[in-house]
Parts: sequence; structure tokens; C-alpha cells
Amino acid sequence: MKKNQNALMDVIFKNMTRTFAFLVFILLAAIMISLIYGSRESIAEFGFAFLWTNDWNPVTHNYGALVPIVGTVLSSFIALLIAVPVSFGIAMFLTELSPVWLRRPLGTAIEMLAAIPSIIYGMWGLFVFVPIFQQYIQPYVIQAFSGIPVLSQVFSGPPFGIGVFTAGLILSIMVIPFITAVMRDVFELVPPLLKESAYGLGGTTWEVIWKVVLPYTKHGVIGGIMLGLGRALGETMAVTFVIGNAFNLPTSIFSPSNSIASALANEFNEAGGMQKAALLQLGLILFLITTVVLAFSKVLLLRLSKNEGTSR
Amino acid sequence: MFNSDSIVSLDNKVYKKRQRTNRLMLTLSSAALVFGLFWLFWIILTLVIKGGGALSFTLLTEATPPPGQDGGLMNAIVGSVMMAAVATLIGTPIGILAGTFLAEYGRRGWLAPATRFLNDVLLSAPSIVIGLFIYAIYVAQVGHYSGWAGSFALAILVIPVVVRSTDNMLSLVPNSLREAAAALGCPQWRIITMICYRASISGIITGVLLAVARISGETAPLLFTALNNQFMSWNMSAPLANLPVVIFQYAASPFEDWNRLAWAGAVLITLLVLGINIAARSLFRK
Repeated sequence: MKKNQNALMDVIFKNMTRTFAFLVFILLAAIMISLIYGSRESIAEFGFAFLWTNDWNPVTHNYGALVPIVGTVLSSFIALLIAVPVSFGIAMFLTELSPVWLRRPLGTAIEMLAAIPSIIYGMWGLFVFVPIFQQYIQPYVIQAFSGIPVLSQVFSGPPFGIGVFTAGLILSIMVIPFITAVMRDVFELVPPLLKESAYGLGGTTWEVIWKVVLPYTKHGVIGGIMLGLGRALGETMAVTFVIGNAFNLPTSIFSPSNSIASALANEFNEAGGMQKAALLQLGLILFLITTVVLAFSKVLLLRLSKNEGTSR
Repeated sequence: MFNSDSIVSLDNKVYKKRQRTNRLMLTLSSAALVFGLFWLFWIILTLVIKGGGALSFTLLTEATPPPGQDGGLMNAIVGSVMMAAVATLIGTPIGILAGTFLAEYGRRGWLAPATRFLNDVLLSAPSIVIGLFIYAIYVAQVGHYSGWAGSFALAILVIPVVVRSTDNMLSLVPNSLREAAAALGCPQWRIITMICYRASISGIITGVLLAVARISGETAPLLFTALNNQFMSWNMSAPLANLPVVIFQYAASPFEDWNRLAWAGAVLITLLVLGINIAARSLFRK
């Protein structure tokens, strides 16, 4: 009797856990389907041209996603440009240079950057950083590059303070902890034997990192960067505060523009009909982009761990 | 004894160049760390200066005021706590059970690796998309914003965090423990509940705490679900005030006293989130 009861419980428990694991599947499918269903009018009306149409007009009901897509990609690109070298430096410091007793507090401090809610980044960015940047830094940068052919265009425009660059900079601070964490983890996977051999041959610390550690962990490092990119692409509140929310194609990195997430945050509640469908389609595009970026990152990280025979 | 081009001489040009590069790169690496910490300190300093003065006891005892009057954030705090609690209560059991499947039953077959991957997709899905999803399947159907909708959106954010930490923590439990129990004739469901859960309880709780920390500061998924409510309300079926959205609306408003409340709320939320994070870490280390 007791035995039967236990066998029954085994089946119940196993199937219960399986059901909930399957729920993750269903959730993801439901997100995809509901976004496609919600944006069906807009998909039917604009088709694929939605992706490259530069128009966002609630009066004439013409919608195209070019500006928010460009704004999202450009701000995330700027974020990576800043965050990747900085994260590499921090990871290098934490794994190779720092005294052992300092590693944990410094590592925790960097991880705290990820814990600060994004709305705090937004407020701080708009009310503290932007005025200082606008007054003391931006005019000089614009002036410094004004004579140089290509760069003068990149760094041109009136110093608004807000804009794509500011959004990118704040995004970079937000993704640094994520990229650093992955880099740190993969750097620690390098067998000490390899590093010691390189040191034994007379390599400097930098040479060991650049020529031994980095080549050994390159898949993991790129995976970490992709993970950070996924974060940057989907970030909403911080970007909404500082990107300027203007449906204009950015002409320089200082121009105000818009991102997918901030267009959603600003317009969705007031939108109706076709505009709502178009916004849901924007959400769908964002979801697809971040999913692809994440899948890419997972594949690279898996490849690293497969080579090493260690799991995850 | 050696001329300066000898490879064992300290004056060797190549050797000196390598040393210079090394020093430069190590300096840059330290500079990167300073760069990262600089923003952290600047942000915390801002919160202390701007929000520290706005903290007072009335924040906890009065609801959000109309512009020009005194008030607090009581309704927002109550709403946030209610939604976070419901979201955690929904998300935690689902997450733990799904994570259990991945770690304990998913050694073979396609479901576990596929779910693990999809769980990571869900984990890094933009939170605003989760808000859109709940809007589309719940808010649009019932026709009004509500605290329940906000809780559901937050629960979807809790699930992947808990799944992942449960999966990782259960995988760390040594197999010899399971085998020892099985050898004594213990059925598998009891091995998992009585032994594996006990061995990894601190890790699982850490995961839940980190999930709570994550949803406490989330604004984007609440914009289209819970919205906001100017007045004190305990009604989960109606729009519910919550700290992040109040901060968002008040920070962007032209009224100075509202801005001050936004900064006070920002301090509260940051203290809470950083506190939970540090608590979770120290719990896990034990």
C-alpha cells in the first residue's frame, strides 16, 4: 500500500514539474502570438516596408519603424563601444591585478551597478548628468571636432545634452556589470597551467592576458558582449528619460531621436487603433531582435564550455 | 658586460617596449575600474543629496498629493508591496518546480535543454515587452488597468530568475546524496523534497530574493498594466499606485514638490533594492 502511494506521488511530482517547465514554453509562445495578433492590422497594412519606412504620423495613420530601430541600434552600439573595453579592463583588474582581499568588495560594487533600477539611471541622467554634460563637455567636443571632415558631422549639432550619445553612455554604465561578470567568469576558466607557462616564458601580465587568456576565452567574451547588447537593446526607462523622444533620424550622435522601448513607454497608453497596432509591432520587432541576439550569445557561450568539458 | 641589444640586458629596446606596453595597459585596466566605480558613487551621492533631505515620516503615512500640497507616498508603497508580494507568490512555486524538472528529471530528452534555452530568452526579454503581452492578453480583454495585471507582469519576470537559480543550485547537489537516499529505498519525490531542496535551500532563497529585488525597481512592465492611482487603494482589480510609475510621472512633472517626492521615492527604492541584493549575497555565502 505504502509502496503504491509512493509510486503514485512520484508520477504526480514528476508530471507537475514537467508541466511547469512546459509553461515556460507556453509563455514564450503566447508572448509571440499575442504580439503578432495585436499588431495584425499594422502588419497587413504596412508589411515588411514597416521596417524601413521613415514616418510616424498619428494624424495620417502612416507608421514606419525606421527611426526607433535606428535609434535603438545606434544607442546600443555606442553603449557597447564604451562598455566593452571598460568591462574588459575591469575583468582584467579583478582576475589578474587586484589583491585577493579586494576582489570581492570591488566585484560586488561593480555588480551593484546592475542592481540600481533603470528609472534611477534615467532620473539621474536627465536631472544631474545632462545639465553638466550640456554645459561643460558637449560644446567643447563639438568645437574640437568641427574642423575634421567626417568627425565634424558625427559630433555636430546644437548641444541639447539629451540625445543618442547620452542614452548610449548611460546604457554603457548599465551593461558594464553584465559584460564584466561574464568576462570574469570565463577568464577564471583558463587553466592556470597555460597562464603559468606563458609567465614562465617571460611574458608580461598584459601579454599573458592578450595572447593567452583572451584567445582561449574569445567565444565566451563575445557571448558576454552579446548578452550586454541584449540588455541595452531592451532597456526602457533610462533611455526614455534621455534620448529626446523625437521621431527624427539622428544626423549626428548628439541628435535627439527615439528608441523602440521609449516610443512604447511614451505613446502606448494614449494610442488607439492603428497606432496601437503599430506600437505592438514595434514591440514584436524588439522581442525578435533581442531573442536573436541572445540565441547567438548562448551558442557562443555553449561552444566555449563544450571545448572545456565544463558545464555551463 | 652585455651590449644594450643583448636579449638578457635590461636596456634591450624590445624588452623596454614590452614593459612600457604592459604598464600602460595595467594603468588603463585600473582606470576602467575607477570609471565604473565613479558612476556608482556619483549616482549614490546624487540620491543622498537630492533624496536624503526629502525623506520624512509623512512619506509613509500620507498618500500622493495634488500639486502644491504636502503628502507622501503611502499609496505607492502599499501598491508596490502588494504587487511584488502577489507576483512572488505566483512566480516562486512555478519557478522552483520548473527548475526542479530541469535539474532532476531533465538529464535526458529534449525538453530540458530546450526549456533552459527558452528560459534564458525569457530572462532577457525586454521587460516592456512583458508589459505589452499582459496588456494584450489581460488588460485589453477586461477593459481596464489593474493591480492584478501588474502582478502578472511582474510574476513573468520572477519565473525565469527562479527557474535558473533553482536549476543551478540543484545541479550543485552531489549525486552521492541522491544515491545514498535511493539505496535506502527512498522514492524519488522524497529525495528531491527532503534532501535536494534542503541541501540547496539557501541558494534557492537567494534566487527568489534576487527576483524580488529585480521586480521592485521595474517600471516598464507596470506602465501598461497597473498604471497609477492618485489615491490610497487596496483594490487589486483597479489601477494601483506603485513607486516606480509614481517616480516616473512625478520626476517628469513641472511641480517642484512632486519632483522632491520623486527623489524621495528614488532613494527608498534604491535602498530597498541594494539592501535585498546585499542580503541575498551574504545569505548565499553562508
